Amino acid sequence: MNAPTRYIDDSVKGFIIWSIIWGTVAVLVGILISLQLVWPQLNVAPYLTYGRLRPIHTNAGIFGWGIGSFIGLFFYITQRLTRTPLWSPGLARLTLWLFNIGIASAAVSLAMGYNRTKEYAELEWPLAIVVAIIWVLFSINVFMTILKRREEQMYISLWYIMAALVGVTVLYVINNLGVPLNFFKSYSIFAGTNDANVQWWYGHNAVAMVLTAPPLAIFYYYLPKVTGNPIFSHRMGIIAFWSLIFMYLWTGAHHLLWTPVPDWIQTLAMAFSIMLIAPSWGAVFNGYLTMNGQWEQMKTNYLVKFLICGITFYGLQTLQGPMQAIRTFSAFIHYTDWVPGHVHMGALGWVSMVLFAAIYYTVAKMYDTDIYSVKLADTHFWLVLVGQLVYSITMWVAGVQQGSMLLATNPDGTLHYSFMETMIAIFPYYKMRAVSGFIYLAGLVVFIYNIYKTAEKGNTQLSRASQP
Amino acid sequence: MLEKNPVIFIILAFLVIMVGTTVTMIVPFKWINGPGDLIAGVKPYTPLQQEGRDIYMREGCNNCHSQTVRTLAADVERYGYGGTYSKSGEFVYDRPFLWGSRRTGPDLAHIGLKFPDPMGAWHRKHLENPQSVVPASNMPSYAFLNQPLDTTYTERKMKLLKFPYTQGDLDEVKGKTEMDAIVAYMRKLGTDIPIKKAEAATQPTGNLKNPYSDLKGVKAEALSLFAKDCAVCHGENRQGNIGPSLRGSAKSDAELFAIISNGRGGMPSFGSSLDEQKIWKMVTLIKLGKHDD
Repeated sequence: MNAPTRYIDDSVKGFIIWSIIWGTVAVLVGILISLQLVWPQLNVAPYLTYGRLRPIHTNAGIFGWGIGSFIGLFFYITQRLTRTPLWSPGLARLTLWLFNIGIASAAVSLAMGYNRTKEYAELEWPLAIVVAIIWVLFSINVFMTILKRREEQMYISLWYIMAALVGVTVLYVINNLGVPLNFFKSYSIFAGTNDANVQWWYGHNAVAMVLTAPPLAIFYYYLPKVTGNPIFSHRMGIIAFWSLIFMYLWTGAHHLLWTPVPDWIQTLAMAFSIMLIAPSWGAVFNGYLTMNGQWEQMKTNYLVKFLICGITFYGLQTLQGPMQAIRTFSAFIHYTDWVPGHVHMGALGWVSMVLFAAIYYTVAKMYDTDIYSVKLADTHFWLVLVGQLVYSITMWVAGVQQGSMLLATNPDGTLHYSFMETMIAIFPYYKMRAVSGFIYLAGLVVFIYNIYKTAEKGNTQLSRASQP
Repeated sequence: MLEKNPVIFIILAFLVIMVGTTVTMIVPFKWINGPGDLIAGVKPYTPLQQEGRDIYMREGCNNCHSQTVRTLAADVERYGYGGTYSKSGEFVYDRPFLWGSRRTGPDLAHIGLKFPDPMGAWHRKHLENPQSVVPASNMPSYAFLNQPLDTTYTERKMKLLKFPYTQGDLDEVKGKTEMDAIVAYMRKLGTDIPIKKAEAATQPTGNLKNPYSDLKGVKAEALSLFAKDCAVCHGENRQGNIGPSLRGSAKSDAELFAIISNGRGGMPSFGSSLDEQKIWKMVTLIKLGKHDD
């Protein structure tokens, strides 16, 4: 029929490369701050103290690695699913420039102490505006490509992408509303309990719109591509999608259980968190059932390992999350290391596993070659899996131990342990956590080397083919 | 239809996410921080306290310290310092809120109630070198806060936040260090709310005599109480630090009882957290525990 569409992938490459770089920064800073929690003398200068570095770790991870790779992969996926070239390659290049300038300035400004302190919305107002512009430019490019599409049906992945476009915009803008004092500082327009409620409406739905919808879009696109099986149920995808984006927005206050936020908001958050298990597992089952009769691919296809392992961690994450949203359990583990354990299962296990698979597949496609080494990809898989499991499990144990010590009372109602006794008890786990970071980093190095060699191989083949 | 029209799709997706948003985030604006939440005694920050709060934010203290005492007995016992659990009205001047999400360090919502010392000697020593008062602490040193406070924007901050201030308040900030500011902020936290009065009387009730004349029987318990409540000021081994050495004392038992129970100068009162028997055991430890035990 038509001539094959010429897809434009230079910005896809750019975003993937830079997201890997920022992801590596996130892991390196993460390792440094994990060591600082054991040896406080590693806080060598004001701009290298834990309090200033921790937001750099989270921002580099969420915005640099997460959003950066999502933008790149969404440029790739959207073109294929719509059978239409990217609406504006120039705009995409501009977005990449802004993205890198934005993330680099974010790191510098956070190290200098320009910090709004609202988690994952720490950047001061000029940079928050840059982030919003990046997102809007990217959204326009993707949405216009969808509008001009040549494939009438919109596949599930495109719904998740579009939900993320509008969701992130609403969340980010509202939670960043403030009154500027000068170029470097502003004050939130919300005060006290209101500010807390807005922040965690944002914080938890950043998980929905950045760390759930986009990786699901990627999962739904790459699993059929990688396995050759069509997705199990389109209808289940539809139901899961709409109920997911409906329910998520009610749950923010489960971060604020037992605080002055009104009880009814907490109770709604708790109830909707439990209900969220259904749509989350809708996606998990859709993934599993797609593998029906093809499970031997877990052995034969290295990409399936990443994807199925990723969706499994998503399933575990969405069981553990609702459990933590129950008042009694929250009383026990909130404010302890249990929560970083939970978050890193999502970040390292779910989101990153799916991203690794998507990047391996996409880079090989774009360079029109095969992966440099499946063996190295397997090594990468096991290193990041072990690194993440050691991280999460040690933190869960530490959280349960500290949580029970903090709540322990004597028969007369006084506290059994001092705060420092509970800290001394968990320092050994902090050391193990730092070790897990190094294991994960080793996996990341193998991944980067493999991707680099794959691209190099693709370029060599291309130049050989073009020679007479 | 939905899967074919992206414009309708995106509008619908927007409306769907706005349902929960409206109910749980927008509607509560009607009540939160309204008249029902207000607490009469809670005052806005002074210029020096607000500058201290901004330094607290700059250093990202919220990454390790929460500022909400939950409605749990253990939270109230550990972090209430007589001020029970946190209420919405305590935070109406907080832009942004600083409740935090992780307690790598203790909760600070009511930290101002813990140390009555107006000079904040403990806070200064602790911020400069945390391990000098809490040897196993993993908190970074903030000695670099001993530098002049930048007051360029102080007045503009007060105007922007609509906090009342006088010229005297602004003059007070001049020549201060960042350390002075953050200590002023620490000392304000939790001090505007009604607190539970110490139940113990100035003098021991009933038997004025210390029932524990022998150290042996009470030593283990007294040492563990000491480690929890006293070591941060009087040293791990009672050698003295911010507070005096407690290896023996010339004061009478009744005098020591009164000091522990009611506090004195920079020393907090323990009458509401330690019962009479425990206070007597501490008195015995202080009087008789002279050596490096």
